[in-house]
This record gives sequence, structure tokens and C-alpha cells, in this order.
Amino acid sequence: MSRKTDEFLIEKGLFITALSSIIIIALIIIFIFVEGLPALQSVGVFNFIFGMDWSPSDGQFGVFPMIIGSLAITGLSLLMAIPLGIFCAIFLSEIAPTSVRKILKPTIQTLAGIPSVVYGFFGLIILVPFMRTQFGGTGFSMLTASIILTVMILPIIVSVSEDALRSVPPEYKEASMALGATHWQTIKNVIFPAAIPGVITSVILGMGRAIGETLAIIMVAGNVVQIPTSILDPVRALTSNIAIEMGYATGLHYNALFATGIVLIVMIIILLVIANYLHYKKKVTIGGGYL
Amino acid sequence: MNRIISPKNAQKIMKVVFWASGILTILILLVIIGYILLKGLPVIDLEFLFGEPIDSGRAGGIFPMIVSSLYVTFIALLVATPLGVGAAIYLAEYAGENNIVRAIRFGSETLASIPSIIFGLFGLAFFVIFLGMGWSVLSGGLTLALMALPTILAASEVSVESVNKSYSEGSLALGATKWQTVYRVVVPAALPGITTGVILGMARAIAEAAAILYTVGAALTIPISLLDPARPLPLHLYIVATEGISLDNAYGTAAVLVMLILIITVVTNTLLDRYIKKMMGR
Repeated sequence: MSRKTDEFLIEKGLFITALSSIIIIALIIIFIFVEGLPALQSVGVFNFIFGMDWSPSDGQFGVFPMIIGSLAITGLSLLMAIPLGIFCAIFLSEIAPTSVRKILKPTIQTLAGIPSVVYGFFGLIILVPFMRTQFGGTGFSMLTASIILTVMILPIIVSVSEDALRSVPPEYKEASMALGATHWQTIKNVIFPAAIPGVITSVILGMGRAIGETLAIIMVAGNVVQIPTSILDPVRALTSNIAIEMGYATGLHYNALFATGIVLIVMIIILLVIANYLHYKKKVTIGGGYL
Repeated sequence: MNRIISPKNAQKIMKVVFWASGILTILILLVIIGYILLKGLPVIDLEFLFGEPIDSGRAGGIFPMIVSSLYVTFIALLVATPLGVGAAIYLAEYAGENNIVRAIRFGSETLASIPSIIFGLFGLAFFVIFLGMGWSVLSGGLTLALMALPTILAASEVSVESVNKSYSEGSLALGATKWQTVYRVVVPAALPGITTGVILGMARAIAEAAAILYTVGAALTIPISLLDPARPLPLHLYIVATEGISLDNAYGTAAVLVMLILIITVVTNTLLDRYIKKMMGR
């Protein structure tokens, strides 16, 4: 009897640990929203999201330039990281000799774990002065931030895409080669299309990291609140806004930073939904490429 | 249709392109890490590792920051490991497919994709202010625990699930209860995967700065009690670098962080390799 009770209690205990992630996510959303709502109510949701001015001392709270800033930095870094990362993944899975791959794969995985502050520090010390001498201005710009983000998300895109490419059944490749296709034709028309769902996952993961990155961006982006007109303009991301100003924010300003957090969460949820939809769509349309 | 480039030439061109992008990617990453180590390693000596910072980090060592990093990471793992592993065991061994399980999985996946600065905001509002823990290693460690949780859960669940079903069937057939089977048979078999998950969570916690920016304080002293403020290594690097306090100390701190991550990864890979070889050898 007592043994049965023990089993029951253990199962319930494990169930409670399992519930912890739901409880945590609920607490996070409740606390961010409760602290952010006063600002949204006072400024108005529309004015907060589409307002062009952010000057807390005058009670102006509009985050639109920072939404554009976040999207622009992320977009530009994906533009650089996706082609390079996918080519590198194909290189590792298809072209590189086994000995080379055995060294490179763990190296790249290790690099994914390097703290983002270290990459940001490198950007601040090396890349910013380089951009200053090459393109003029201060060197702190959207382009500088995007390059650092590219470096940070490359390891993720390479290693997840490579896993996807390698899990394509070898019969596909063998059949294609046996029909007389060249290796490149096989990669382009058979292996890559079959691996697309996994490749999309890698891009989603990279995008998530890029849009959520905070301190590395602060160190190199210049952090001026404006809609950039050129890639050499300084920008401020939503994440940076929170980290820069939370140190001294009080009153409505404090609430407005939590409201910035709400905007960030909503943006990430929208991007995740879109990305998962694409992933799902490709998964269905590509027969057999079930990854 | 006329082809401008024959398939044979396309093959040759693309081979060059693939080699070039492979080499370029590795080169970019290695140059950055190499540069940090080249500049940072000469700064590191016993005095730097075990000395107190002098003049807010302009000179002296980083011992309090190393202690802070270990302290918050330890708290994070102490909280996140039982929660993550327990949840993984429940999901893989006890739960069927129902709405609660789907919600748990969704919660864990969402948690994994929340930006670290949001965890920082939550830590500030919840641990620091609402629960009154103040800026302390406890607030920082608990915030990092939330970040490490989904990593540990996901890796553990995969490894618990992939334990050969005949093991637990054998154990149950011998009259062991469900929990005895899980505890004595399934968990030991899944241990390498669980360990990897915990180490990945540890790497995430030790590298994080944004989530602890407004939860752990920025004290330069060695934290003793749970409620003492502290300054873990990534945060120290951020402050020293952005406030232009000392370039040398920033290089040294960055190099220590890189070395920590390299050591963690090499140790994990070696342990896993050895374990896999041992299991295969049987």
C-alpha cells in the first residue's frame, strides 16, 4: 500500500516539475505586461508602437525607429549569414573530406558557445575602428552590428543545416548520381530540397538569436534612436533600448521599458509563427524529405 | 535550352565556391577567437586570476568575478537541473499525448526563444523587487536558472526517450515498480545525454550577461552570502570594455571566458566519446 502511495507521489512530483516551464512562462508574461501596461495606457498602444519620438525626459515614448532598427539589423545579418552558412554546411556535409569535417564540426559547435559579449568586444576594438577608417563617420553603425551578428549566428546556421543535410537518406544521392547527374546537380536538385525544412529551422534559430541579442549590439551599433537611411547610420534595437536605459529609469519611463519588452515578445512570437508556418509548408510539399 | 555553363564546368565552379565558403567561415571565426586569445593570454597570470581588482578594474585581478560567475552558475544549475530532468522524465516516461503535455512542450519551446534581456526584465521585476531579493547572486542565479531550464529539458528528454524500450520492459517484467525502473534503469542509461544537457545549460548560464545586468548588481567584492551583489565575468567584460576602463583587463577577461568555454566543450566531448566507446564495446 505504502509502495503504491510512493509511486503516486513521485508521479505527481514529476508532473509538478514538468509544469514549471508553463508556470515560468506565465509569470514572465504576467510580470512584463503588468509593468508595461501603465505606459501603453498613458501613451496609447498605437502611439507607442508607431510613435517616432523617444525622449523620456519630455514624456515622449514611441518605439517605431527601434522596431525598424531591430528588423534592419537582423535582416541584414541574415542576408549575409544565410548564404555563407548554407554553403559552409554543404561544404561540411558533402564536399569536405572526413578528416577535415571531423575537426571543423566540433570547432564550429564550440564557437556557438562563445559569449556574445566577447564577439561584441571584438567588434568594438577591431571592427568599429576599421569601419571608421574605411567608410568615415564614427564606425558605429547598422552594418557593423549586422557583421557582428552574422559572426554570432553563423555557427548555429552551419551546424543545424549540416545535421539536416546529413540526415537526407543516402539512397537519394546515390540514385541521382547513378542517373548521371553531377555532384553539384545532385546537391542543388536533390539533397538541398530534401533538407529544406531543417535548413529553415537553422535560420529560425539564427534569427531568434539575432533579434534577441542585446549587449553585443549596444557595443557596436551606435544606439541613436532614428530610422536608418543608410546601412552606415547608427541605429538602436529594441533590446538595446531596454538595457541602456533601465539603469536610471523611474516612473512612466520604467513602465515604458517594460512596454518595449512587450513589443519585443510580440514581435518574436509573430516571427516564430511565420517561420513555423514556412517550415510546416515545406515539410508537407517535399515528399520524403521528412526531417 | 542553351546552357551557358556546362554541367561539368558548373560542378568545378561550385566546388571552388563551397571550399571557399567553408574556409572563409572557419577563418572568420578562428581569427576572432585567435585574436582575443593572442591579446588576452599574455595578460593572464596567477595575480590576474587570483587578485582583487584595483581602481574599479583598471588594474589588479578578476578573482571576485570568477567567484561570482561560478556562484551564479552553480545556483542556476542547482535549480534548473532537478526541474529540467524531472520534467524530461515525466514527458518521456509518464505522460501520454494530451493537452497538458502539449502545453508543457509549447511552454518549454517558447521559453527557449525568449531573448535574454526579457529574462533580465522579469528577474528585475520578480526576484529583485517583488520577492525582495535585491541585486544579489540569488536573483541573478535564479534568472539564469530560467534560461538554462529549456536547454536541460530538451536534451534530457531526447536522451530519456531514446533509451532502448526493452530495458524498461525487462525491469518491469522482473517486478520492479515504475519508479524503480526509471530510477535504476532508464536514468542511468540516459545519463550521458542528461549530462550533456546540463553542461549545455551551464555554458549558456556562464556566458550570459544581459539577463543578469539588472539582477545581480555590479559589486567588485567577493560575494559570500546569497544576498550579496556580484559581478560575473561577462558582465565585467561588458562594463570594462564599454566604459573604457582598461583594455588589458578586458582582453584578459575575454580570454578567460573563451578558455572556460573551450575547456567545458573539450571535457564534455571527451567524456561523451569515452562513454560511447564503452557502450559500443559491450
